[in-house]
Amino acid sequence: MESGFLEFVYDFYKSMKAHEIKLVYEGRVTHQITKAFIALTEAQMSENEEAASVQRKVFHVMVECLQNISRHADEYESGESLYAGKGIFMVSQTDETWCVTTGNAIFNEKVKDLREMIEQINELNEEDLKDLYVKQMRVGRLSAKGGAGLGFIDIRRKTKRKLEYHFLPITDSVSFFLLTTFIPRIL
Amino acid sequence: METLKIKSTEDSPRILLDKESNILEISGRSLPEDVNTFYEPALSWIEEYAKNPLDITIFNFKLTYFNTASSKVILDILTQFEEMIEEGHNVLVRWHYLEEDEDMMDAGEEYSEMVDVPFEMVSYLNP
Repeated sequence: MESGFLEFVYDFYKSMKAHEIKLVYEGRVTHQITKAFIALTEAQMSENEEAASVQRKVFHVMVECLQNISRHADEYESGESLYAGKGIFMVSQTDETWCVTTGNAIFNEKVKDLREMIEQINELNEEDLKDLYVKQMRVGRLSAKGGAGLGFIDIRRKTKRKLEYHFLPITDSVSFFLLTTFIPRIL
Repeated sequence: METLKIKSTEDSPRILLDKESNILEISGRSLPEDVNTFYEPALSWIEEYAKNPLDITIFNFKLTYFNTASSKVILDILTQFEEMIEEGHNVLVRWHYLEEDEDMMDAGEEYSEMVDVPFEMVSYLNP
């Protein structure tokens, strides 16, 4: 066995424990993966007797986040294994909150539009968010791919919190897009 | 008219469209991999049904969860009912939701504002 591997695994384990990470995945997000993660998290939540309303919100957010990666992540392979593949998906849970994080590569030319869309969604109040959702649902009706920001609007509405995001430049052409969603637990 | 019956799966709802027994229902969870493919038979069935519907059409949505992609298809179905009403038919949508599930109740109310179709909100308790 490669020297240092054992230490790496143990450090990785400790790091996951320290950040209370329940699930982490790097790679291609398929529908099968989405279903498996939902089932896994649901089982964990019901085992912990999580409030039904919290379970439903975590479920909603997970599905939309996973579909964002599977539909919109840009392919970017590089020597740096951290950024290779289709994306990272992470679920963590503290005493107060559930946290769903996604990260994926995105071409820089798309960053401006994505940032503007998220900023617009963040600035709207509940009533305007509803109107925007309805509008996007109507215009996007014929598109097979879905999208048009419905997932972002839905996450914003279901959690009643602003979307927390970050773009990390990787190269001249690619950035890493991080989105973190918090779902408060009922204590 | 032939009955359309699709069994539920972990990611798709049960669909029962039975004109003879007067049961029109979509129930369960909706996040199929490809919403358009999954709902195509139901949309076609309703399109055919609309040509010669029952005196009163009562359509039951009893969904426990639907993703944003499915939300568009639900609007498509409701739009079909809107067209039936414009042609002089009677249509009522019964929107069933788990009593404590406010988001599902809100979703029904929002749809009822989006289309000119009568809605009846029906809450149920956890089985």
